[in-house]
Amino acid sequence: MSADRRRVVITGIGVVAPGSMGREGFWDMITAGRTATRRITFFDPSRFRSQVAAEVDFDGRKLGLTAHEVHRNDRFVQMAMVAADEAVADSGLTLGAGGADDAPDPDRVGVTLGSAVGATMRLENEYVAVSDAGTHWLVDPRYASRFLHQALVPSCGATELAVRFGAHGPATVVSTGCTSGIDAVGYGAQLIEDGDADVVIAGASDAPISPISMACFDTIRATTANNADPEHASKPFDARRDGFVMGEGAAVLVLEELGHARQRGAEVYCEVSGYANRCNAFHMTGLRPDGIEMAEAIGLALDQGRIDPDEVGYVNAHGSGTKQNDRHETAAVKRSLGPAAQQVSMSSIKSMVGHSLGAIGSIEIAATALAVKRGVVPPTANYGVPDPECDLDYVPNTAREQKVDVALSVGSGFGGFQSAIVLASPTRRTA
Amino acid sequence: MTGLLVTGIGVVAPTGVGVEAHWSSLLRGEPAIRPIEGFDTEQYGVTLAGQVRDFDPKEFVAPQLMVQTDRWTWTSLAAATLAAQDAGYEAPEDAYATSVFLAAGSGGNEFSQHEIQGLWAKGPKSVGAYQSIAWFYAASTGQLSIRDGYKGPSGVVVSEGAGGLDSIGWARRVARRGTPAVLVGGTEAGVTPYALLCQATSGRLSTATRPEDAYKPFDRRANGHVIGEGGAILLLEEPGAARARGAQHVWGEVAGYGATHDAHHHEDPAPDATQYARAIRIALADAGITPDDVDLVLADGAGLPELDALELEALQRVFGGRATPVPVTAPSSWTGRLMAGGSALNVATALLAIRDGIVPGTAHLDDPVDAPGVDLVQQSRVQDVRTVVVLARGFGGFNSSLVLRRHQPEGTS
Repeated sequence: MSADRRRVVITGIGVVAPGSMGREGFWDMITAGRTATRRITFFDPSRFRSQVAAEVDFDGRKLGLTAHEVHRNDRFVQMAMVAADEAVADSGLTLGAGGADDAPDPDRVGVTLGSAVGATMRLENEYVAVSDAGTHWLVDPRYASRFLHQALVPSCGATELAVRFGAHGPATVVSTGCTSGIDAVGYGAQLIEDGDADVVIAGASDAPISPISMACFDTIRATTANNADPEHASKPFDARRDGFVMGEGAAVLVLEELGHARQRGAEVYCEVSGYANRCNAFHMTGLRPDGIEMAEAIGLALDQGRIDPDEVGYVNAHGSGTKQNDRHETAAVKRSLGPAAQQVSMSSIKSMVGHSLGAIGSIEIAATALAVKRGVVPPTANYGVPDPECDLDYVPNTAREQKVDVALSVGSGFGGFQSAIVLASPTRRTA
Repeated sequence: MTGLLVTGIGVVAPTGVGVEAHWSSLLRGEPAIRPIEGFDTEQYGVTLAGQVRDFDPKEFVAPQLMVQTDRWTWTSLAAATLAAQDAGYEAPEDAYATSVFLAAGSGGNEFSQHEIQGLWAKGPKSVGAYQSIAWFYAASTGQLSIRDGYKGPSGVVVSEGAGGLDSIGWARRVARRGTPAVLVGGTEAGVTPYALLCQATSGRLSTATRPEDAYKPFDRRANGHVIGEGGAILLLEEPGAARARGAQHVWGEVAGYGATHDAHHHEDPAPDATQYARAIRIALADAGITPDDVDLVLADGAGLPELDALELEALQRVFGGRATPVPVTAPSSWTGRLMAGGSALNVATALLAIRDGIVPGTAHLDDPVDAPGVDLVQQSRVQDVRTVVVLARGFGGFNSSLVLRRHQPEGTS
């Protein structure tokens, strides 16, 4: 990268997470080590192997959405809209109609929204209606919502955000499974780096707590069967871990070109210093224990920011709580950070908010940005029994006050995707 | 600076399997839009589609992989195989040197409908082990990366019909950051009962029962579009890398790209063509060319009067000052709209037009609307084609534009 590379900072954060309300509620919850996992209430889970999830008590109407917006949109879009409203308000930018004099040029505002499974909940609910609960193979179109095209193609989520904020720049939905939330922010940063936008509304949203999603993870035993103790069911890096806990939610970040942010005196959370993605080309759901490709992505992301491994103070882990993931990821961090891995704080907030598929990458970036800004590292909850194969410092159960100049957030997903993003404090000393 | 080169094309489309089959079908004007086969369409009010026929997935996909994947992924894997064969491309020793960056639209429809049906009719245990990997939008990209051993930065973008062009836009960012080869484009397989129902709720599908009455972009009787399946996957290579491996054939060069969003309404068309025209201008500026340099435009061709008028307005805004009207054709009229696959297929068609100096006409364009400053191509014609603009729109307001240019090997002019 040339020296005059356009730099990208985060100036706004909005979060819709289980067990909490908004960005501050989320931060209070995860730094208190409180968990939001519970027995599923959205439907009767008794016939399912995994009956636990991290649900959001979400009412779009109470959070500022109109009745029309709620009616036409799947839950994943609604949550994205609410998170985006909070992020944009937090940034202090005036976007959309009636923008102030210093508002960004709408042609220079982009949207990158990640989602792994889009409107799966609405697609299933509508299918149940048109097939009379699966009793008729041939659907009866008369019972369908007229907004099903939007449900079929998740790009509607990017459209809703673009319309909401009058963003005429490039817009897209990013759908790389469980790394969608990192990739969407990474692509958004690339839009700014490449000079195609000055501001990008970047984030991710997923709402997969539905019978079909639970059933498909049941059959491959990816989700936990620890139904007896829902509050402690998500146990990343613990020897007793037995699968992930399904979650839902959204997070949106306002990404801004550094000069643009400085000019208007914006409060900066952190810089997006590097982003890289690699594929393992190995298996749709399986991971080799060596973590080579994730390590490659981490190394490249650090190189982009010209950051040495020993500068990394915090790793926000994918930490899904499956046997193979946590071992794979531990190996990848050791491989990429070398001896510095022994000193780094590493935690998985999925222990508290579950695994919301594509959304979680952006929710974790939000947590990581807040950790950098506020000097507090959220813990890994429910940690009790060490696993010899997972032998790093996972910040067990209690948040840690720690100045974090450079943090890493990583993700791994079905399809073999491995992504890493580096966030750095704007006051970090650079050579 | 030379842009990325297109060195391989793989087509799996209603017009045929393989790039040459597609081209000859287009030029012969064969009717690829026909009554839907495979399920009873009586209830849907829509009876026509562009389905991929003469496609035997077993020729391209191993049996154990077929049972894990949807027809959508079969067509993607086949198109990728054909593209690699066309390019003479074999995975290089450095597995990170190849990326897969596809557009997706609707995912694994048939597979998913079957599993949801089973879940509700019989219970959770009827859901098979592959639903979690067959349906989601990243399935084809992931399977392709695994099958062919490509470990480069890979991705999936969703912007409805604009996706095929947008995958190329994102591939350029990947290449700029050091990955020399990227598979782009995408396919779609949404001619299935539930996906048809979903698409029909947009109110944009023609209900005509005769192909000649149905999908008629820029015609006075335009009344909606016909859906279709399939698409194209293309191999893009950084020029130095293509040369180094001794690539035998270059289809053309990706010279420019631009994307905007109307940001007007969640489903209604924009009030004017400001943002659509801007996407075209960005792509031309990116390519370092003027409207006069463009020999041909492959239009989005929505086939609805209001959307067609907006597209013509955008073209007039950008090309209206030319001495000669710009030739505009809409080849999607032959296949139906393939969502993300459609714009990828139009890239293939544009490169064929450059190669052979032939412009395919627009199907069923019997009575064109007034289009001042625009030369709507009704019948195929012979014409030198060096520079093509491919346009695509996605439902909700996505506008994308791509400039393709005939490749001039170094040392020639």
